Amino acid sequence: MIFFWAFVVGGIICVIGQIMFDVFKLTPAHTLSALVVAGAVLDGFGLYEPLIDFAGAGATIPITSFGNALVHGAMEEAQKHGLVGVVTGMFEVTSAGISAAIIFGTLAALIFKPKG
Amino acid sequence: MIGQFIQTFFIYNYNFTEQTAGNPTVAVMIFIAMLLTGFGVYDRLAQFAGAGSAVPVTGFGNAIISAAIEHRSEGFILGVGGNMFKLAGSVIMSGVFAAFIVGLIKTLLIQWGAL
Amino acid sequence: MRTWEFEQQPVIVSTGTVGGPFEANGRLADDFDTLHGDLWLNEDTYEKAHKVLFEEASLRATEKAGLTKEQVDFFIGGDLINQITPTSFTAKTIGAGYFGLFGACSTSMEGLALSAFIINNGGAKCIVTGSASHNAAVEKQFRYPTEYGAQNPPTSQWTVTGAGASVVMAQGEGPVVTSATIGKVVDMGLTDPMNMGGAMAPAAVDTIETHFRDRNIDASHYDLIATGDLGHIGREVAFDLMKKHGTDIPEEKFQDCGLMIYREDQPVLAGASGAGCSAVVTYGHLLNRMKKGELRRILVVATGALLSPLTFQQGETIPCIAHAVSIEYGGGSL
Repeated sequence: MIFFWAFVVGGIICVIGQIMFDVFKLTPAHTLSALVVAGAVLDGFGLYEPLIDFAGAGATIPITSFGNALVHGAMEEAQKHGLVGVVTGMFEVTSAGISAAIIFGTLAALIFKPKG
Repeated sequence: MIGQFIQTFFIYNYNFTEQTAGNPTVAVMIFIAMLLTGFGVYDRLAQFAGAGSAVPVTGFGNAIISAAIEHRSEGFILGVGGNMFKLAGSVIMSGVFAAFIVGLIKTLLIQWGAL
Repeated sequence: MRTWEFEQQPVIVSTGTVGGPFEANGRLADDFDTLHGDLWLNEDTYEKAHKVLFEEASLRATEKAGLTKEQVDFFIGGDLINQITPTSFTAKTIGAGYFGLFGACSTSMEGLALSAFIINNGGAKCIVTGSASHNAAVEKQFRYPTEYGAQNPPTSQWTVTGAGASVVMAQGEGPVVTSATIGKVVDMGLTDPMNMGGAMAPAAVDTIETHFRDRNIDASHYDLIATGDLGHIGREVAFDLMKKHGTDIPEEKFQDCGLMIYREDQPVLAGASGAGCSAVVTYGHLLNRMKKGELRRILVVATGALLSPLTFQQGETIPCIAHAVSIEYGGGSL
């Protein structure tokens, strides 16, 4: 059953993105930024975690979970260290994604040439 | 709709490997994105999948990796380093700022005993 | 009056056209002098490959005319890269007097019109003119990194990898440049850079109608009116607009360079574009057809969208332009 809901929720998030591309003529940068902000705000209201429990990867793989993860890291640190934790804990959870992207990006620049 | 098919493909991969800990999976997904980008497949996939390939975390990896490859010709420091985040930077900026505001409000509310 | 008539009949004595791998699979592959199987052209950057494209086309044209570089008085050309550097490096190789033009995809005919004007008025004996574009180099500048997975909408156009150049002289054998209409900037307030054909169509219509009015002719004067890179959508917009204005052009006579160059099954969405597109189609395909006697009088209307990535991001509209040049061959009088 988790596969089914992952499929539906992940698909719906992508369809929202596609609508923003085609109907509102937003650039990919604007669309992805809006989705990240949406993820952060949803987590602020405590709504994103239930969605992950419900849809698994359908909710964690789309970019909205990046906003969710940022808030999560910030809140965890904030519980230990107060307000400063919001800043210091920001990348706690998302570090893997960003570090991997930087490392693989640099490697790719060494290995590959643009294909055109 | 096509996005869903791409999405399921990733989801099946994902669920078979890791159920709970997301971090290694994210790194693996970005590694896959690197290979697809480097071999010139990702841009073709995207033309037909649209948001289906842009919205998942692989799209984030593709944004960074494609910019890094593209600007290799301007040198490693100014080209790759300076341009790597030219597409993904907007996502990080808006995400971090939004998370900061949300985190700030939530922390203050907790400290005031409202939550 | 924006139309020049050239009484001295400047002649296009030779042409050179070079294309890339995507063009080699296209419909007009036979009309190219040189085709490259690799987008890199053995260079280490796409920008250098872009320069080599233009150099090869220009040198090929002078060679075919039996001229040496020293006999060329002026080189007039342009491309789409920042500060038109590929053209400037080509000008360095040729070593002639140099006019650098920026007219986006209208550069080809802007250069031919200026060359014909200078020759017609005795300002030079021999001019090399042309324009070029390189798909990967241009995409990198105007859109996203080439490997970035951005979805191009069906209205967007594919940038041609190619360069076309011609040698224009006061005397010689070949098609004659008879007149030219210089376009003015037309801006209909459109802001979607993924639909440039639609934005450019009104500029093309304005130039065609001005040309007819100034020369006191109509579409029946020409065997073919070829616009430069309007694509499917732009061509339809232009056609409807002319119908509304009462300018009558039979549909089969009104063609678009951006729709000629590739096959139906190539993934080019609305058609081709790029500074090299109208240059390679005109100097290759169209002039070849004239030499075969299939066409006697043609009007090439090259259209350009004069935007930059900066003006688009700052929310500016897309200013457009179109330049028309009429070419005749086969003993036709003016």
